[in-house]
Amino acid sequence: MRFYEYEAKALFARHGAPLLRGRLAHTAAEAKTIAAEIGGAVVLKSQVLTGGRMKAGGVKFADTPEQAETAATAILELEINGQKPRGVLVEQRAGVAQEYFAAVTWDGRRKLPVLVFSDMGGIDIEEVAETHPEHVAQVHLSTLVPFSPFKAKEAVAAVGVTGDDLTRLTPIVASLVEVFLRYDLTLAEINPLGKTTDGRFLVLDGHVDLEAEARDKHAKLLTELGIGKEETRQARPPTRFEIRGAEVDASDHRGVAGNVVEFDGDLGLVIGAGGGSLTLFDAIRKHGGRPANYCEIGGNPSVKKACELTKLILSKPGVKKIAVMMNVVSNTRVDIVARGVIKGCVESGRDPADTIAIFRIPGAWEDDGFKILGKYRVEYCDRTVSMFEAARRAVAKMQAA
Amino acid sequence: MNAMFIDVQVDAAVAADTALAKKLTEVCPVNIFAQEKDGRLRVVEENLDECVLCELCIQAAPAGSVRVIKLYEQ
Amino acid sequence: MSILIHRDATFIVQGITGREAVNLTRECLDYGSKIVGGVTPGRAGRDVYGVPVHDCVRDITAKTHVDGSVVTVPPRFTRDAVFEAIEAGVKLLVIVTERIPRGEVAQMVELARLRGARIIGPNCLGILSPEEAKMGGLGGPAVNVRRAFRKGPIGVMSRSGGMTTEICNTLSAAGLGQSTAVSIGGDAIIGSSYAELMPLFEADPETKAIVIYSEPGGRMEAELADWVRENRSRLPIVAFMAGRFMDEMPGMRFGHAGTIVEGKADTTADKIERMKAAGISVAERIEDIPALVKERL
Ligand code: SF4
Repeated sequence: MRFYEYEAKALFARHGAPLLRGRLAHTAAEAKTIAAEIGGAVVLKSQVLTGGRMKAGGVKFADTPEQAETAATAILELEINGQKPRGVLVEQRAGVAQEYFAAVTWDGRRKLPVLVFSDMGGIDIEEVAETHPEHVAQVHLSTLVPFSPFKAKEAVAAVGVTGDDLTRLTPIVASLVEVFLRYDLTLAEINPLGKTTDGRFLVLDGHVDLEAEARDKHAKLLTELGIGKEETRQARPPTRFEIRGAEVDASDHRGVAGNVVEFDGDLGLVIGAGGGSLTLFDAIRKHGGRPANYCEIGGNPSVKKACELTKLILSKPGVKKIAVMMNVVSNTRVDIVARGVIKGCVESGRDPADTIAIFRIPGAWEDDGFKILGKYRVEYCDRTVSMFEAARRAVAKMQAA
Repeated sequence: MNAMFIDVQVDAAVAADTALAKKLTEVCPVNIFAQEKDGRLRVVEENLDECVLCELCIQAAPAGSVRVIKLYEQ
Repeated sequence: MSILIHRDATFIVQGITGREAVNLTRECLDYGSKIVGGVTPGRAGRDVYGVPVHDCVRDITAKTHVDGSVVTVPPRFTRDAVFEAIEAGVKLLVIVTERIPRGEVAQMVELARLRGARIIGPNCLGILSPEEAKMGGLGGPAVNVRRAFRKGPIGVMSRSGGMTTEICNTLSAAGLGQSTAVSIGGDAIIGSSYAELMPLFEADPETKAIVIYSEPGGRMEAELADWVRENRSRLPIVAFMAGRFMDEMPGMRFGHAGTIVEGKADTTADKIERMKAAGISVAERIEDIPALVKERL
C-alpha cells in the first residue's frame, strides 16, 4: 500500500529526517498562502501514486505566491496516468549540490531486508547498479539481531563517502532503516537525498510502501497520517462494482468470494481459487473471450455468498452469460458452489441453463454437484475436461449467442 | 425465497421435545434449526440451502424422525 | 523414495483444535500419516481423532521423536508457534497460515537457518508423497487424494495449492505419477523456493523430472533458472506460467500476496524468457505438460 510523497515525508520526519519547509495544499488559494508563508522560491509537486510526474508536467517552480497559485491551478487539474492528484505539495526550494539515494527493501532471494545506498541519486537506481556498480552499496540486515546504526555507516562509507558527510548521512539513513523495520514496510526510499550548497542534507522526495497484511497492526499510524480505511491504494481506485464485491465477501466469514476486479467485457466469471483464477483468466483471453470481471472464490464459501457474487456479476450491464470454473477442488465443495450460482441466476430472473455458459469444477462432492447441475440443465464437465478446454467452450457459447 | 435444493422434515414429536430441539440447534453448523420462545423447534427456511449434508441432525435424533431431503434428487 | 516426508515420518499439528486443523488432521490420518500429537495452549488432555492435545511442543518432543510440524494458527500467533517448534528441535515446518507480514516470515526463516530447520510456506497446503504420507491439507480428503495423485517419477512444486492438485491430476491421468508434490506457498517471502528444493529432488533416485507452477511477481523463477544453469541439473523441468494477463496491469494485485507486477523482472514474459534460456520447457496449457515431460524423460 503506497503512500503519497507528503505522507512518506511526514513519516520520515517523525523519526528525525530533515525536511524542507512546506505543506500540502488542496486548492490553488491554499498553495498561494503556503508559498507566502515560506517566502521566496518554492517548488510545487502533484501528489499522485504514480511515476513520471516530472515528465507529465506535475512539478513546477514559482518565485512568488502569485506564480505559485497559477502553477497549483494547473497541477490540480492535471491527471497523470489517469490519476487525479490528491493535492499539491508546496515546498521551499533549495540549492542542491549533490543528490544521494537511500532505500530499504526486501531481498526475496536472501529473504532479508537490504539497505541500498548510492552517491548517484535522482536517477534510476537499477540503471546505476548496472553501469556504475561501485557507486551502489548493498548491506543486508538481520531480522533477529537488533539493528544498529553502524550498518548504515557501512553502506554510506562503501561508496566512498567520508568526513562530515559520512557523519551527517549516517543518522538519516539509520532512521530510514528504523522506519522500515518498525512499520512493516516493503519499501522506504529517500530519492533524492539532497546535499545543499551550504552543506546540509535534506529529504527531497520519498517513497513508502506498507505491507497490506500489516495495515491493521499499524492502524494508529495510518489514522494519524490521515489515511482512510477505505483507501485500497491499488494502481487505480476501486470501482463501485469492486466495492460491492468486497461487501459480498465481507458479508459472512465462510470462505472467500472476493478480489473482484472489473473489466469491460460481456462474459462474467465466477472462478477460483488464487492460481486457478489466473490460469482461467488467461485461458478465456487466449480464446478471444472478453471477461467482465476477475474474481477468486475459495475456502468453501457459503451458498449465499456464491449466490450474491453471481447476482452482482449478472447485474453488471452487458453481462450475457457467466462461466463457473475452478481447478480440481478439495476444500471448496462442488455442490455448494453449484447451488449458489444456480440460485443467483434464478434470483436475477435468469434461466441457469441459458446463463451459465459452462460449469467446470471437479473435486469434493462433485457427484451431488453434477446432479444439481443436471436437474437445472446446466452444461458441466468433470476433471477429464481441462480448464483451457472449458474456457474454450464458454467463449464459443458467447460467440454463438 | 423458498429453498431450492434442500428440505428438512422433522416429526411433530421431535419438534415438541424442547431438549431435543436445543440439541438440534447446537449440532447444525449452518443454523437450520432454531427454537421458538416456547422452546419448540423451528426449521429456518432461509438457511435450508446452506445445509452441508453432515447428517449431524439425523444422528442426534431418534432414527427416522429427522429427514434431510435433497430436492435435486426428486 | 520421496523428498521431505515418507511413510514413517512423524509430525505434530500446532493449532490442532481449530476448524481447518481438525479437518486436516483427519485427512492426514485417513491417508496413513503419523500424527503423534497436537498443540493448543490450554487444551492439554483433549484429543482430536485420537491425537492427544498438549500445551507445549516440548511435551511431545520430550517423549517422542518428531520430524515435523504443520502450523495452522492465526497470523498473529504464527511466529511464536514456529519459534517454539524450532527451539524444541523440530526440523521441518509446514506453515499453512496466510496473511503473515513478511518481516515476521523473514524472522522465522532466519531462525530456521540458524537451527538447521526447513520451512515450507507460509500460505501453502503442504506436502504429499503418494502412497507414503500427506502433511497438510493438500489434495483434501484421502478419497480425493487417491483420485488426483499417483505414485511415480515426477516432482511437483507449485506456488498455488489448488493448482498443485490440478497439475498432479493431469499428470496422473497421463500415466505420470508423482514422487512428491510440494505446495510451496503464495507469499512474497517463503521458506523454500524452487531452487532451494531442487537439491532434494536431485538426490532422490525416484524423481526423474520436475513440474512447476509459477506466477508473476518475485524472483523465484529467475533463481531457479540460475540454479539449473550453475548446477547442471540431471532433471528436466517443465514449467507452467499463469497470470500472463497481469503483465499489462502493473501495480494491480491478483491471486496470492506474492503476485504483483512491480518491475520488468516480475512479468511473466521476463520469467518465461529466463527459464527457456536455462533449458526449462514452458507449457502454454496445463494439458500440454505431460507430453513435454515425456519428451524429455
Ligand atoms: S445435515 Fe447438517 S447441515 Fe444439514 S440440517 Fe442436518 S445438521 Fe444442519
